[in-house]
Amino acid sequence: MQLTLEFGGGLELLCDSEKIHKVNVDLPNGADDLTMKHLLSWVRTNLIKERPEMFMKGDTVRPGVLVLVNDCDWELSGQLDTTIEDKDVIVFISTLHGG
Amino acid sequence: MEAGEAKSKKAGGPRLCCICNQRRPVLKRPKTLQQICRECFYEVFEEEIHQVIVVNRLFKSGERVAIGASGGKDSTVLAYVLSELNRRHSYGLDLFLLSIDEGITGYRDDSLETVKRNELQYGLPLQILSYKDLYGWTMDEIVKMIGLKNNCTFCGVFRRQALDRGAALLKVDKLVTGHNADDIAETVLLNILRGDIARLSRCTSITTGEDGPIPRCKPFKYTYEKEIVMYAYFKKLDYFSTECIYSPNAYRGFAREFIKDLERLRPRAILDIIKSGEDFRIATTTKMPEQGTCERCGYISSQKWCKACVLLEGLNRGLPKMGIGRARGGINGDHTRETKAGSKSIETKQCGSLDF
Repeated sequence: MQLTLEFGGGLELLCDSEKIHKVNVDLPNGADDLTMKHLLSWVRTNLIKERPEMFMKGDTVRPGVLVLVNDCDWELSGQLDTTIEDKDVIVFISTLHGG
Repeated sequence: MEAGEAKSKKAGGPRLCCICNQRRPVLKRPKTLQQICRECFYEVFEEEIHQVIVVNRLFKSGERVAIGASGGKDSTVLAYVLSELNRRHSYGLDLFLLSIDEGITGYRDDSLETVKRNELQYGLPLQILSYKDLYGWTMDEIVKMIGLKNNCTFCGVFRRQALDRGAALLKVDKLVTGHNADDIAETVLLNILRGDIARLSRCTSITTGEDGPIPRCKPFKYTYEKEIVMYAYFKKLDYFSTECIYSPNAYRGFAREFIKDLERLRPRAILDIIKSGEDFRIATTTKMPEQGTCERCGYISSQKWCKACVLLEGLNRGLPKMGIGRARGGINGDHTRETKAGSKSIETKQCGSLDF
């Protein structure tokens, strides 16, 4: 499915300094839905070029990284269990840089 | 973006904003765990800051106020919100942007471009002061000389004083900084870990330096970093977010990560740590460092020379280790002030960019 992934707050530096990535992600084998859990591991494998520990900790984003699915805080949609659909826009913003 | 409207089921089905009960929620507030919509978020976010300003009497009508602006998220949101509140509630403040150019190529030069755009976007006059002009050294030159160890000490000490000098130049009555709740919780922890009682007792104060020439205050003392970033994102505010090329600042980094881990488990933990910091009482028998003035430049100092002068002297004499850590070299090495105070004072330890 076609997705738009956006990286901000410094996270873009981990993926070739490119903020917006239009990507095609396939459903995992045997699964009916694409969840954020799967998408995160896909991002880590396919987009993150350096310092993956700045983006992830364990199987989720590093604390301090905000995630929005279609401009909505993923804490409202079940975080890792959030189901992703075709044409969704997922934004990752790091809050860890100075202000 | 518009696609989101059609997919409201992701926002937890038919659930509506806890405040207006009409719109789709877009954010879970860390402070209250409420689910709220974008419009209500803007309102509570701004109103809470207004209340903090009013309850703590941060400003008086007619005052000139400088906003310490780095181009980063916190100071950008602060400049935006403060100019908005100043209009809306007729605070009667003259607001200015004050930026420090540390002379870090590829970092500060870029972030200053952001501040220059903010100057136009918010219509606030901007003053930039550089380390080069104030001290004769850029951070690039300092790092070339001393390497990547202790460079944050130089930068932090110099910035604190540079902001004060800039504020004096602008003839402002107050300086506001964008330190947020997460920053303050982090600093409380750091000061406990370092046993720095003097800083612990003042790092949670919303206003500091009231006895000095230019008081500083922190209107975001109770504002969560998450909300600041969400606010900047939804409002599409123009901010700069690249980590300083010289600053791993490892010690602070650990505290930061710990705070973020705590927040994930229990978001209120951040406010609780601030509260613990506020409630800390120091025995009246404890001797605190005596505040005086630097014999060389007249800046506030608990020693004969202020930290900036000691560091600068070291740089100029080619002895950059001077004034670093607990090795007390030369200038303040004698016990003049301590003996004058009649007993050994608690040493305030320098570290990193602790602008508190």
